[in-house]
Amino acid sequence: MTEALFVGMGTAALISSLLVILHRNPVTSALFLVVAFCSLAGIYLLLHAEFVGMVQIIVYAGAIMVLFLFVIMYLNLKSDVETGIQIALRRGIGWLVGGVIGAEALWLFAKEWGVGPIVPELPGLRDPNTMAIGKLLYTQYLFPFEITSLILLAAMVGVIVVGKGRAQRPVHPAKPGPPPPRVAPPAAGLPAAPDPEAS
Amino acid sequence: MAALFANPDLQMGFWAFVKIFIILNGMLGVVSYLIYVERKVAGHMQARMGPNRVGPLGLLQPIADVGKLFFKEEFIPAEANKVIFHLAPMLAVVPALVTFSVIPFGPEPFIVTDINVGLLLFLAMSSLGVYSITLGGWSSNNKYALLGGLRSSAQMVSYELAMGLSTIGVILMANSLSLVEIVRAQTAIWQLGPIAFPGWYVFTQPLAFGIFMITALAETNRAPFDLPEAEAELVAGFHTEYSSMKFGLFFLGEFMNVISISCVAVTLFLGGWSGPGPESLGIVWFMLKLSALLFFFIWVRWTYPRLRYDQLMHLGWKVLLPLALANIVVTALFVYWRANG
Repeated sequence: MTEALFVGMGTAALISSLLVILHRNPVTSALFLVVAFCSLAGIYLLLHAEFVGMVQIIVYAGAIMVLFLFVIMYLNLKSDVETGIQIALRRGIGWLVGGVIGAEALWLFAKEWGVGPIVPELPGLRDPNTMAIGKLLYTQYLFPFEITSLILLAAMVGVIVVGKGRAQRPVHPAKPGPPPPRVAPPAAGLPAAPDPEAS
Repeated sequence: MAALFANPDLQMGFWAFVKIFIILNGMLGVVSYLIYVERKVAGHMQARMGPNRVGPLGLLQPIADVGKLFFKEEFIPAEANKVIFHLAPMLAVVPALVTFSVIPFGPEPFIVTDINVGLLLFLAMSSLGVYSITLGGWSSNNKYALLGGLRSSAQMVSYELAMGLSTIGVILMANSLSLVEIVRAQTAIWQLGPIAFPGWYVFTQPLAFGIFMITALAETNRAPFDLPEAEAELVAGFHTEYSSMKFGLFFLGEFMNVISISCVAVTLFLGGWSGPGPESLGIVWFMLKLSALLFFFIWVRWTYPRLRYDQLMHLGWKVLLPLALANIVVTALFVYWRANG
């Protein structure tokens, strides 16, 4: 049963990952990536890594891919079929890099190839999965964990800075300051309007 | 043959199938009458009668509506992406249905399955629900639909964060991600002087409950957060081009989401099936609490006006998210203090 599920989800993951790069329509590609993520989550579940499986769906399929789709839809509303020298160049580079990596993989496999069990033996876990991960994160891997959060925080701050722009513009640039008085200056009793350029 | 029936795997599969069949059909019934109740309540709130022509008290109205939907013409725009256009309504219903598999409707026989990451499964399925609306809006090749889809993906992604964070307080208190365990942790009765009140997390986590209910309204695209289908500006939003039963599926998905999110709210904050009397009454208590929350959803819809888009984003990112984070810190300190004196 487990083996059949593993083979099924593995096949789904492989085919959908291939379709991600082979399909011409960017939105369809993104959707196949979602399928690949979901099959990967299924494989995690089979390995009794429930927490990782669910987080895979929440973070990758649920949040990151939605933003991907958002950007694709926002930028490019037609199915994108490229032609000419551009695609030939890109294809050539792709074949070259793919060939090198494939040869490396073949060489590695030829060097030490052994067929293990399809369903790996499970390490004896005393705690439930989520608790085990939490304990590891907050004891043994505390430093890398905090470093990762710091890097993410830096990225967030960077995005906000880039998004806000460098110029010291007022909050509402569309709204011009009060127009200069066309008639006589205000009567002596009223305070003068603050000069927008002064600040 | 007898050996086959004694096979525990097969027995488990059979009972799971029976439970799934009952819950699926039960929920379809609840959805159709929830629509009836919504129209009836809306009518009375606006000093009208609501549906009252088909059958006694208009009780056969849902059946007539569904029958009408089935026989409507199905229209697909010529330039639509056909496959995704067909896929989107299905994606609206399936995640909502999957959530029901981990909800404990009552003690033992009323639970389909109890997995130790039940709450995460709910969050995962609610995050997959975004796809139906986004894809439905994009594939119809219609500007209004596309704008509705883009709006909703931004809205749902932002409110998902606050929703996930608001549940962490409950997880910290219950010390488990399994929904059954969370209900079990709420069955205790607390004595505060002469008054005895149930140990539901709505009393210990009122802020989290408030945030959860607000984000639940936003996640299900119900008013006052129904910007994805704001009819005054976007015709009908993401489902402008959908007709017949495909539109029906979007409708079904929205109400299924309302029910599943209310079920999760009952489980997390209102003590699930726990209540006075023997445990076998559990399902009755669950259904009563669920009905109260569903009424709340309808009540809110016909009471508050729709938010503006910048107000929506302001509320999600600058109010609910910091509040949820503060709630986590306070709860964590409290739990630590209780454990270590």
